[in-house]
Amino acid sequence: MQTYDLAADGLRGMNTLLQEQNNETNQTAWEIVNPRGSHAIAVGLDAPIEVTVKGSTGYYCAGMNQQATIKVEGSVGPGVAENMMSGTVIIEGDASQYAGATGHGGLLVIKGNASSRCGISMKGIDIVVHGNIGHMSAFMGQAGNLVVLGDAGDALGDSCYEARFFVRGSVKSLGADCIEKEMRPEHIEILKDLLERAGADAKPEEFKRYGSARQLYNFDVDNAQAY
Amino acid sequence: MCGIVGLFLKDKSLEPQLGEMLTDMLVTMTDRGPDSAGIAIYGSETDGQAKLTIQSDNGDADFATLTDDLSAAIGTPVSLRRNDTHAVLELASDQVSAARQAIRELRPNMRIMSDGEVIEIYKEVGLPKDVAARFDVSKMGGTHGIGHTRMATESAVTTEGAHPFSTGADQCLVHNGSLSNHNSLRRRLKRDGVRIESMNDTEVGAAFLSWRMQNGASLGQALEDSLDELDGFFTFVVGTKDGFGVVRDPIACKPAVMAETDQYVAFGSEYRALVNLPGIEDAKVWEPEPSTVYFWNH
Repeated sequence: MQTYDLAADGLRGMNTLLQEQNNETNQTAWEIVNPRGSHAIAVGLDAPIEVTVKGSTGYYCAGMNQQATIKVEGSVGPGVAENMMSGTVIIEGDASQYAGATGHGGLLVIKGNASSRCGISMKGIDIVVHGNIGHMSAFMGQAGNLVVLGDAGDALGDSCYEARFFVRGSVKSLGADCIEKEMRPEHIEILKDLLERAGADAKPEEFKRYGSARQLYNFDVDNAQAY
Repeated sequence: MCGIVGLFLKDKSLEPQLGEMLTDMLVTMTDRGPDSAGIAIYGSETDGQAKLTIQSDNGDADFATLTDDLSAAIGTPVSLRRNDTHAVLELASDQVSAARQAIRELRPNMRIMSDGEVIEIYKEVGLPKDVAARFDVSKMGGTHGIGHTRMATESAVTTEGAHPFSTGADQCLVHNGSLSNHNSLRRRLKRDGVRIESMNDTEVGAAFLSWRMQNGASLGQALEDSLDELDGFFTFVVGTKDGFGVVRDPIACKPAVMAETDQYVAFGSEYRALVNLPGIEDAKVWEPEPSTVYFWNH
């Protein structure tokens, strides 16, 4: 286990060290102490390493992640795991705005609540939120799965493309062109796998599926009000 | 951007350290707002006495004979405690509006930052650490306080454009965001006789809340009304003589983190601002919901 003291040794040094790790590294377990709400912790990693952040972070934690498993033992500020490509990011506490925004792949697990715009413009990432999510979540979501064990706020999935949304609790309102859809066996399978990987104690059958009604894909003058 | 910090103490034993804790929080928010900084601090009360915080760019000349000039003008004793470009005048509480009027005539270039029984406001252009140091904020005690670091958008980087804004006795407001209907609302409020001194959007927000409270609304109701009447982006933190409130607009893109323990309620634009507070590891920490009014009273 490598330990890095962020308060003593600085942010750039930490990210440089972590970014230098590659597929052959022997230093596969890292611990970041004293994060104290700092921004941009463990960003741009591209190695199969495990990083544990011992406390809460600020903006853009674990951004652009590839391969790495990053665990935060606290809450995170806006933009956690933004544009993640692969790997796993686990947040023990809550996440602020736009968690997992524009993510292409990998798994983001938030054990508390996520606030507004969770999964905005998601492009293939899987996001599992054990608590609730805020308004405008998965706005323009293109691909991937957003799983919510709690409730969703206003305008879920507004103007979405092919991302799937599974919500166990209530949905305050659906966004433009987002509708409830039939839960077919293949969706149960996807959900079962995601819940397992996210350590979530819930049954796939308890969820409802939402997704695009596909009415806003191409310009149609009758939809002018919705664009 | 802009940074906001706020601290509402429940535990009286922390009151002597209010300024020190607020200063640390404020300086942490420097990179959210390096243009100017200010604090409102709610200190001790003397029965029957009110405080006016005044500011002058030329304090040596303006403050020198002010107590004598003002006492003569309003016929009641006035004391003055100078603190750099600011000074706190103490006088009988029923003389506040007379004193305001007299100050405007005696020293037209001087600015009145606040009046009330307990509030004092200090704000200037410059880095938060320099602003806090010039007023020795860390030595101040009190029951609650609000600080702001400004990155200017809607009006110039000047002392009067800095936050907090006070538009009613013992009331103050700080703001992260920008209001888009402040011009029309300013005209409306001025027609109703509300005092608004600057072209700043936030002052209009503050004046709106004061106006609602003057018309009988509680702090909580006034904040609810702001959600209907104000257009734009805002996270507001508001102080009254014994209260502390928070509200965010429905879009809620301006950040906010709150923490509560048995000892205090704290607000920060970012969690970083809260990390040195006592017992923060075990505090209830949460992001205030959009369109939701939070307030606490002593």
